Amino acid sequence: MNAFHSDQREPTHIPTEMKPRALNASMEIVLTDPKIVVEHLSVSYSDGAESLKDIYLAIPKNAITVLFGPAGGGKSTLLRTINRLNDLADVVDVQGHVWLDGVDILAPEVDVIALRRKVGIVFARPVVLPLTIRQNLTYGLELAGEKDGSLLDAAVERSLKAAAIWDEVKDRLDEPAVSLSGGQQQRICLARSLVLEPEVILLDEPTSGLDPISTGKVEASLQTLKEGYTIVLVPHSVQQAARVADYAAFFLGGELIEYTIGKQIFTNPLDSRTEDYVEGRFG
Amino acid sequence: MATGNNFSAMMGKRVDASFSQRRKWMQRLGFTALTLATLATVIPILLIIIHIFSNGLPGVSWQFLVEFPRDGMRAGGILPAIMGTLWLTLGTAVFSVPLGIGAAIYLSEYASENRWTRAIRIAIINLAGIPSIVYGLFGLGLFVIFLRLGTSIIAGSLTLAIMTLPIIISTTEEALRAVPNSFRVVSISLGGTRWQTIRRVVLPQALPGILTGVVLGLERAAGETAPILFTVAAFYLPRLPTSVFDATMALPYHLFVISTQVPGMPIRIQYGTAVVLLTFVLLMNITATVIRSWARARRQW
Repeated sequence: MNAFHSDQREPTHIPTEMKPRALNASMEIVLTDPKIVVEHLSVSYSDGAESLKDIYLAIPKNAITVLFGPAGGGKSTLLRTINRLNDLADVVDVQGHVWLDGVDILAPEVDVIALRRKVGIVFARPVVLPLTIRQNLTYGLELAGEKDGSLLDAAVERSLKAAAIWDEVKDRLDEPAVSLSGGQQQRICLARSLVLEPEVILLDEPTSGLDPISTGKVEASLQTLKEGYTIVLVPHSVQQAARVADYAAFFLGGELIEYTIGKQIFTNPLDSRTEDYVEGRFG
Repeated sequence: MATGNNFSAMMGKRVDASFSQRRKWMQRLGFTALTLATLATVIPILLIIIHIFSNGLPGVSWQFLVEFPRDGMRAGGILPAIMGTLWLTLGTAVFSVPLGIGAAIYLSEYASENRWTRAIRIAIINLAGIPSIVYGLFGLGLFVIFLRLGTSIIAGSLTLAIMTLPIIISTTEEALRAVPNSFRVVSISLGGTRWQTIRRVVLPQALPGILTGVVLGLERAAGETAPILFTVAAFYLPRLPTSVFDATMALPYHLFVISTQVPGMPIRIQYGTAVVLLTFVLLMNITATVIRSWARARRQW
């Protein structure tokens, strides 16, 4: 983890030119103190699948930034670039920079293990490991060599509470995690990434397989979590995007079309393509 | 496809009664043929087992299992052959299990798909198809003569290990690949290294499948005669081996010897030896089956 922080530099890299074609004055806060800055990022897969084309995007602290748009727009690719999970995909060509606290996380010397502990991710389908609930939660800490039982117990309780599932599972922590319902499993997954005390949480359509009640619970816990974290969410619908977004970026065909505060993009978008999508004319 | 077309054709018009009758007969005929084919494979196996056990069990006693052969193998027990086969199976496991599992982990978890890994896989598949006598002669040339290990348990184990490797590698690789990739992604995303992910998530989940493959591979090694013929097996050696550099008797070769090479051999000793070898192999097989069904029952994915 230290190797990651030691490389810290002043964020002098933020360019003055702004890539998104449509930008709003209220975005100033995003630009003065961003947590993440994506700069001229282009990603292409070897088979020519979903790609990103020269993306510029600044993501603020303590807010929910939503990346939305039709399938194949590059949203998931962007998420998986931010914690270098794209490294697992075969032969990906990545150009440009992703600055996290002033460190270019795409640089070859970056400690990706430390990066992934700092940037947690929750996937569309809840994937609990074939272990007990408790073991699922302590997994990340144990990987890092944490053995102190009381510390682990405290971390489990804290993150289960933060993911709003403590009351439902506190009496059955030693049962297999697969015995939980899909909605509960997804909150376990959220809690599992919170255990590592990340600074950024990436959510890739985290409620796509959930019923409305479970979805509500997840969204509610995100509203609380954003006080302490930088949250980047790919929603599973425009409605969800509109409900949770503090800031929203519209992606279409690998390009960032419009990026502004959530209230504006869903009520009064500047770009006609954003408007068409938000109003459901295509999608 | 053909049935699909028939079906859509039928949907258009009234189904002809005689046509449907004919289909019923075809179906009955098909099922009968398949059942007969199954019986034709199962019944001979059962008959062989029943035949061997009914002829051999009277000859199997405690003395038969724990005594040395006497009177030119025509009397006494088969202890050295039993112990020899146990040692050889153990020796084979020592060499082939770590190597085989290691190779499978590399192929499944680390190696990228390219020309070399494809070549390695083809080589492994071909290794599995090589006749066992060829392994025997290879073992004689490499281990017994070139490496000067002599006809010894270690030479025999190494030869059997090479023969077992392809089975262990391919079943282990299959077991590893059966573990959902999402587990790996989750583990990596929580800051796991590749090795941590393999050790903590992938291997435990694949373990029952790996064990099944290992047992099946060793079972084959235990029953083979040709690979041990020139590398370890003794015709008649009525004492237990004291080191891995000793030759030893072994059940499959002993069975061959007493069935063909010794005149005046009592038939109950021949059948008794067959019963012991068969039981040994069947026990391993049952172990593999039990592991597999046990794991399937408690698997969480």
